[in-house]
Amino acid sequence: MNVPHISVYYFGAIALVLIGLYAVLVKKNVLKMLIGLSIMETGVNLLLISIGYVSGRSAPILSEGITASKAVDPIPQALVLTAIVIGVATTAMALSVAIILYEKYGTLNVEEIRRLRG
Amino acid sequence: MIKRALAIITLLIIGYWLAQGLAGVPFGQDKMLVGRYYLEHVKEQTGAVNAVTAVVVNYRGFDTLGEVTVLFIASTGVGALLWRKKKKRTARTEGSVVLTTGTSLLFPFVVLFGAYIFIHGHLTPGGGFPGGATIATAFLLLYMAFVTYEIPHKVFEKTEGLAGMGYVAVGLIGLAIGGYFLFDWIWQTWGWGQSNIGRLFSGGFIPIIYTLIGIKVGTELSGIIDNMLKEGVSE
Repeated sequence: MNVPHISVYYFGAIALVLIGLYAVLVKKNVLKMLIGLSIMETGVNLLLISIGYVSGRSAPILSEGITASKAVDPIPQALVLTAIVIGVATTAMALSVAIILYEKYGTLNVEEIRRLRG
Repeated sequence: MIKRALAIITLLIIGYWLAQGLAGVPFGQDKMLVGRYYLEHVKEQTGAVNAVTAVVVNYRGFDTLGEVTVLFIASTGVGALLWRKKKKRTARTEGSVVLTTGTSLLFPFVVLFGAYIFIHGHLTPGGGFPGGATIATAFLLLYMAFVTYEIPHKVFEKTEGLAGMGYVAVGLIGLAIGGYFLFDWIWQTWGWGQSNIGRLFSGGFIPIIYTLIGIKVGTELSGIIDNMLKEGVSE
């Protein structure tokens, strides 16, 4: 089994995604699962941004001294801008569902909620 | 315990698989194909200095329209899920004197800075979404510091809808003038501000659209905060 050589940014992004996935799989509290979802999202955004990086170049704002050949790729940044907003929107929706769950069942434990319904 | 161990083993396998896939993507090398075109033509095609906002608003304007729609649906959904006949704030205790005084002093500055961010979207980092989030933060501060504070709902909800309609209207004017939706009519037909690249009055319709988006996002997130900080009154 050869270990693949990847950049520390890719490694961090993968680690964040896996930590978030672990929280979603293992945790029983709904709020902790939502925290896991947010961490996963951060990992995906970090991965997108680090794919667009070109070493030694600056942000794609073409002011004096920074020409088109001295800027990083603007497309992943635009993608991440969209992804962050969508993440915030889904998190807000999920949190209000969590509020309703607590009001209806008096608990945020997914296993207990499943048992109460049946 | 066995569940956790199984989860960790599965995740390690997934992580190894992802790392193997990413090993073929070199880090820090120039991989631009379309990005180079955007960087080279952004100034004369859109008038913006900030390539990211030019991509977001101009080249890929449909993404932003969808993004604004998603945020609008989220705000409507939160309102629908947390809908009660009678509502009141959950807060019971007023903030300390330092907190309330500090908030009332800081509030205008935070709103001003948010407006600065979305007005200068074509020149500096930022744009409509960060600016709107900053303005919503100012309203969150008010909610946190004062027990009785409440946003003016009538004004906020109307403003939100009008800003969204304004964005679509700017796109429809482009359809009428230039032949496709979200055509930058101010820049490409009027040529307004072409001698002025890099200053405030340039950038085609990017400042206008970002002002509308900033107002919309600010009012929307404030509405979400308002909905989440209230609970129904049980009789």
